[in-house]
Order: sequence, then C-alpha cells, then structure tokens
Amino acid sequence: METLMVILVGILISIGTYLILSKQLLRIVLGASIVGHAVNLLIITSGGLKKGSAPLLGEKAAGFADAIPQALVLTAIVINFAVTALVLVLSYRAYKSFGTDDMEQLRGNEHE
Amino acid sequence: MFYTFIFLPLISALFVPLLYKYFNRLVHTGWFVLVVPLTIFIYLLQYIPGVAAGDTYKYTLSWIPSLDMNIVFYVDGLSLLFGLLISGVGALVIVYSIYYMSKIREALHNFYIYLLMFMGAMLGLVFSDHLLVLYGFWELTSVSSFLLISYWYERKSSRQGALKAMLITVLGGFGLLAGFIMMIMMADTYSIREILANLDVIQNHALFIPAMLCVLLGAFTKSAQFPFSIWLPDAMEAPTPVSSYLHSATMVKAGIYLVARMTPIFGGSSVWFWLVAGVGLITLLYGSLTALRQTDLKAMLAYSTISQLGLIMCLLGVGSLAVYFGASDSGTVFGVAGFAALFHLFNHSTFKGSLFMVVGIIDHETGRRDIRYLGGLMQVMPITFTIALVGGLSMAGLPPFNGFLSKEMFFAAVNEVSQAGIFGLSKIGLLFPIIAWIASIFTFVYCMIFIFKTFGGTYRPEKLTRTVHEAPWGMLFSPIILGLLVIFIFFFPNVLGKYILTPALTSMLPMTEMSSYDLKISVWHGLNLELVMTIGVIVVGLLFFKSSKRWIQAMRNYPQGLTLNHWYNKGLSGTERFSTSLTNGYMTGSLRSYLIYTFAFFVIVLLSSLLLLYGIRFDFSNDAAISVFDVGLVLAMVIAAGTVLLAGNRIVAIVALGAVGYMVAMFFVIFRAPDLALTQMVVETVSTLLFLLCFYHLPKLTKQIERIPFKLTNLIISIAMGLTVTLLALSANGHKMFEPITSFFENAFELAGAKNIVNAILVDFRGFDTMLEISVLAVAGLGVYVLVHQRSKGREQHENE
Repeated sequence: METLMVILVGILISIGTYLILSKQLLRIVLGASIVGHAVNLLIITSGGLKKGSAPLLGEKAAGFADAIPQALVLTAIVINFAVTALVLVLSYRAYKSFGTDDMEQLRGNEHE
Repeated sequence: MFYTFIFLPLISALFVPLLYKYFNRLVHTGWFVLVVPLTIFIYLLQYIPGVAAGDTYKYTLSWIPSLDMNIVFYVDGLSLLFGLLISGVGALVIVYSIYYMSKIREALHNFYIYLLMFMGAMLGLVFSDHLLVLYGFWELTSVSSFLLISYWYERKSSRQGALKAMLITVLGGFGLLAGFIMMIMMADTYSIREILANLDVIQNHALFIPAMLCVLLGAFTKSAQFPFSIWLPDAMEAPTPVSSYLHSATMVKAGIYLVARMTPIFGGSSVWFWLVAGVGLITLLYGSLTALRQTDLKAMLAYSTISQLGLIMCLLGVGSLAVYFGASDSGTVFGVAGFAALFHLFNHSTFKGSLFMVVGIIDHETGRRDIRYLGGLMQVMPITFTIALVGGLSMAGLPPFNGFLSKEMFFAAVNEVSQAGIFGLSKIGLLFPIIAWIASIFTFVYCMIFIFKTFGGTYRPEKLTRTVHEAPWGMLFSPIILGLLVIFIFFFPNVLGKYILTPALTSMLPMTEMSSYDLKISVWHGLNLELVMTIGVIVVGLLFFKSSKRWIQAMRNYPQGLTLNHWYNKGLSGTERFSTSLTNGYMTGSLRSYLIYTFAFFVIVLLSSLLLLYGIRFDFSNDAAISVFDVGLVLAMVIAAGTVLLAGNRIVAIVALGAVGYMVAMFFVIFRAPDLALTQMVVETVSTLLFLLCFYHLPKLTKQIERIPFKLTNLIISIAMGLTVTLLALSANGHKMFEPITSFFENAFELAGAKNIVNAILVDFRGFDTMLEISVLAVAGLGVYVLVHQRSKGREQHENE
C-alpha cells in the first residue's frame, strides 16, 4: 500500500508541476493545489498505513495509527487552504488590474 | 571592571547625540568625548608595573558559554602597548579635532560616534583572546574606518575612497576569518593562549600553511602592504584627525599587531619569514619611491606611512627568526630585531601623528596642501615649522630624534639577516641591507621635500586662498606633545624600553632568552656599519635633494596605466559589468524561469545526493495490504488529476480538482485519520466554492498553444520532479533508522485530559504552533479582504471617472 501511495504521490506531483509551469495564472493555482494534496498524502504515508486503530484513546485497541503525521497534515490542510484562497484572490486582482492572466505578459520590467 | 573600560567608548557613543543636541551650542562636543580616552589611558597606566614585572591578567565575560563563545580579555605586554597607543593618541587626536572640526559647520555627533566606535573596536581587538571575538572587532574597525573616510559623504572622492578601503580590508577580513577557522579546527580551541600552549598540534598539521597564508592576507590588507596598499592614499579623504589616528597611528597597525601576536605560532617557518620580511621590504621600497612623486602633502604622508609600515613588517619578519633559533645567541640577535619593530612602531605613531597634524594645520590655515603652491611658511608659522622639523627629521632617521634610534636598529637587523645563513638567505640575503639602504635614501629625500618645500623657499601669499596665521594653541597642543615625546624618547629610550617594550617583546617571542643588557637602547654604538650606512644615507640623500628639480618631474610623468590603482579601477568596473550581465541573464522577470531554477535545483541536489550517498534502497516487506477499493481510489484520483491537466473548460477543471480533494478525504478515512477526513471535507467544500466564485470573474482557460520546446521542458521537469519525490519517499521507507516517537504522545489523557491524540498534540502539546497557524490564517484572511475591498474602491473610481 505504501509503495502504491508513493507512486500516486509521484504522479500527482508531476501533474501539479506541469500545471505550475504553464503560462496561465489559473492553471498555476490549480497545480499548486494538486501539489498540496500530494504532499499531504506523502506525509501521512510516511507514518505507515493501516496499522492500529484511529488515534482515539477511547478505542480499546492494541495499537494506534501514528498521530504525529496526522497532526502535521491537519495543520497543512488549513495552511494550504489559506494560501490557495490568497493566491486565488491575488490572481483575480492581477487579472482585473492588468487585463491579462498570461504570466509572460505579467513579468517584471527589464531594469528594475 | 576591566570590561567597563574596554566597552566605555562603545557605551559612551550612545550619549554623544544627546550631548550634541543639548550642549553643542555652548561647548564643543569633543570636550565630552575627550573624557573617554583619557579615562582609559589613566586606567591602563596602572597595569604597567604589573605587566613590566611579567604578570598577565585575564578577564572572562560569559557570553554564550554553551558554545564556548566568551569575551575573554587578556592583558599582556603587547596588548598593553597597543592599548596605551590607542587611548593616548586617541586623547591627543580628540583635543586636536576640537579645534580642527568646526562646531558650527560639521555634523559632530556623527564624527564622534564613528570615532568612539572605532576606539572601542580597536581596544577590543588588541585585548581579545578569543579568536572569533577578535575577528568581530577586526571587522568593526573596517566598518568604522569606512564611515570615517566617507564622513564628508557629499564628495565623490570620499565615497570612492571609503569603498576602496572597505573592499580591500574586508577581503582581507574574510581571509582572516578563514585562517582563524582553520586554526580553531587544528587546535580545537578558540583561545590564543591555549593554542600557544599546544603549538605542536598546529605546527605539524596539514592546514598550517593555508591558515598562515589566510591570516597574513588579513594582516597585509589591513596594514596596507604591497600590493594591497592602494586603499591608504585614498583614505586620506577623511578629515585629518582621522588620518592621523586611524590611518597612521592605530588602525593600520592592527595588521602589525596580528603578525606580532601570531609570531609565536607561525614564526620559525621559512614561508612566514619570507612573506612577512619580503613583503615588508618591498612595501618599504615601493612606499618611499612613490612618496617622492606626490605633490599633495597628505598623499605624501600616506605613502610614507605605507613605507614605514613595510619597515615594521620587515623587522617583524626578521624578528620571527628568533623563534627558529630559540634560546641561543642567534635567537637573541633576532629577538632584538623584534624589539626594534615594536620600538619603531611606537616611534612611528609619535612622529607620523604629529606630521599629519601639521599637514592638517597647514591645510586649515592656508587652504592648500599642494607643495607646488606652498613655500616659505617658516616665517608665518614658526611653531608649526618646528614641529614639522622634529617629526620630519625623526622620520628621516636623524639624531637627536627617536627615529634615529629605531632606524639604526633596523640597519643592524638587516645586516644580521644577510648573515643568518638559513632559509636560502646565504644567496640573496645581501638584498636586505641594500634595499633597506636605498629605501632609506628615498625616505630621507621625501622628508626633506616635505619640510623644505613647504616651509623653506620664498613665501608666496598670492597663491594661497586665505591670509595665513599661526595655528591656535589648542591645535598646536597635540603635535607639540607628540614632538616632545619624539625628543624625550631619544634621550631616555630605556624608560620606554624597560616598562613597555620589553614586556611586549616577551609576549611576542616568549621562547627567546633576552636579558635587559641585550635590550638596552643606546645612542652611541661606536663607529659601526649602521652608522656608516646612516651617514651614507644623509650624504647621498642631500645630493638627491639638491638635484631634485631635474629628476622629480620625470618621476611624476610615470604612466598612469602602470599604476596599481589603474588595475584596481579596471578590475572593479569589469567585475561590475560582468555581474550586471550575469544577473540580467538569469533574472528574467518571468515566474516560470524562477520556478524552473527552483525545481531543477531540487531535482539535481536530491537525486545526486541520493545516488552519491547510496541512499536508494527499497524495502517492501512492511507494506500494508492493498484492497480492491484502494486500487479503484488510486485510479480514480489519477483520472481526476489528469482531467484537471487536460480540461479545456474551467468548470470541468474545478470539479475535477474538487474530486481530487474529496478522494484525499477518503484516503484519510482508510488510513484511520477521522479528524483529517472531516477537515479535508470542510476545507475542500469551501475552496471549491471559492474557486467557483472567482471563476466568474477570471478568463476562460485558453487552449495551450505553446511551442513544442516549451511543452517538452515542462514535461521533463515535471516528470523529474515526480520521479525524485517517488524515489526519495521509497528510499525513506527503505531506511527505517529510528523508532516512531508516536508512543511518546499516547499519554495524552494523563497529561492533557484528551482522548483524541491528534487534538491533544494540536491544542496542547504544540499549542503555540497552532496559535501561529491561526495567525497565518488571519493574515491570509486580511489579505483576501484587502484585495477584494480594493476592487470595490477601484470600481468606484472607475464609475466616478
């Protein structure tokens, strides 16, 4: 299962990177979001999968799933959301102000 | 107690702006500042008896004890000599500056803050025993020198001179840091004392020579040795008190101090001897020769300082032979050379300090310091003339002035070295006395030019911009004190020798046996070779001076293209052009380029380190079982992500992205993470909504009509990224190097009263992290709000128009 998940993460990262490298702002936002999902899956995979029960002490189980990656991912999900929201609004503003969402036209001046 | 005095300049610098603001109209700020060096000088005086008796004092101030970073001050003969010079000359320079710097026109608070900063840095430098602390103070002297040179920053030449000094001395500073780090690695200690106690470890280490070269680079740049000397003449753009203090009496001697301090460690090796003595000798010749063709008095003194520093450096190199010979007769002979170095160092501070002040007076009173306009000032400024005569003749090496004594000792040292018979000296050792003698003739001639072209000849007031008077007494006070010292030391050299120079020599050459008889300085040695050489210098020098009109113009016509400065300027502008084109080459302004650099770096560094360190190892034995449901989920996720990639319609792309997110939530369910699944569901719903809202305003997805190379680059990079992550994660799974630490948190109920471990980690164990996470959310929310709000304002403006 871990190997399968890692391969899935690799595919998602590839797709996300490809989107991020494209010229259109919207695709970049979509790509970043996919990379975020991939990283979350990677973190949770690194703790080992399907071992023990959910980390709830009430469950009378022999062992629990690793709680640390879960705590990390929980933080990551929320931060990811914040970043996505900000980038989304930012790209919207950029489009409104400059009238284009092509990154090649949004690039900085030569001599700044 | 001791720290208070060493840090006094730095602390009192904080009060200078207040004193300037409230009292400057009544009292010149310099009078307050004067208290600082005077206090330190008087405080340091009380160490003289103890240090002369052979005692040393160590003061430790804990700073970061866990890293062995402590401020350790060590008082021995060498540091005390420098400490007295810094505070003593400092006091005299401040008295002088009170009359030199106008309290109405000048930004005195800046000036005195920089000056105090320098004083504190310099004191810290000479008293530090901790190598890294010493380095810190070393760089602080460079910085304060930069600030002082650029004090009249509205002048272009000041800024350029400051920049040049900074670039060269900081280059040497980096060398010094590298050298110190190598020394620390070799000896496994930060303390110079402890390194001296374990010399064998260092001297047989492979890094011995590299460390020595790096330390010497620092010393040579700071002490303006050839070919790094070019910064010193340009540093003369600073106000004259600064030139007199930093660029002749103290800061440029930091390199000398360092060489003296490191002599017991590195001395005795042939590389050290040849570099220190050889570079010193070349600098001596170069400086004296170049000083001859200067017309600006200050530039002349700058080159003369370079030349004199070379002389001291050369003597230190010769003195280092004493380490090689150890406790023997030859050791004692070369030990005297080291003694002469310290003696000349002190003498140079006295006569050169007074000469700089004389130039300042001339500049201040006549508005000129070019010898082509000056002349005959003897009649109008008799006292200044007397001081210049004393200082100039001392520099030329004539009796009855202290320069004569140390010059004689210098000749004795170079004569001895030609007969030392080691390090290949038997073949070319004779060059030492010959070059020294030639350079001394040049020195004599430029001293004569300095004195007699300025004060002798006919007085031509029409060439001067001001009516000339004798300088006020306050301005004459400091040079007079220094001039009196010049004469006093000639008649009573052994007072200085016994109480200050001998202990300094002991810390420089601890292994050499020196009796007080060896170190007795006497005026008359009988008619020996040294005296004949001095008489030769005077005779030939006078002939040259008399015929100076014929050859000096030829020297001034020396082509500019061959000077070191020309090469420095060319190199600097070349570097600037090169770095501009390089930067413009890769800083394209396109986000995609920057991302490509980032991704390429990620792939190259991680993949190559995985390969080079044999990190790739797979271990599938612990993998959990795969059910049919899992496979279906993975396939569905790949399809959804592929749809995002290929979708031509934005709604399709968003819905597919939402599907990816919900499937992530389902994975969390399978992986026994209920909290994550819940959060992911909520967040995914909200962000899909947000996407849909924004899409209303955003343009449609365009068909990708990019060229093939563009797509191919993207494809290669994205596949490489995916591959790297996969390999890295698989290898991480293959190396189970540590036990999971999750059991550490299974006492969540006892400690936090929570049955949900994940929640306990988030809100209790790592509560601060969560708080910061919330602040990230708040900032992002604020950002979103502002961006949206700005929209409506923009629209209003639009409507108004």
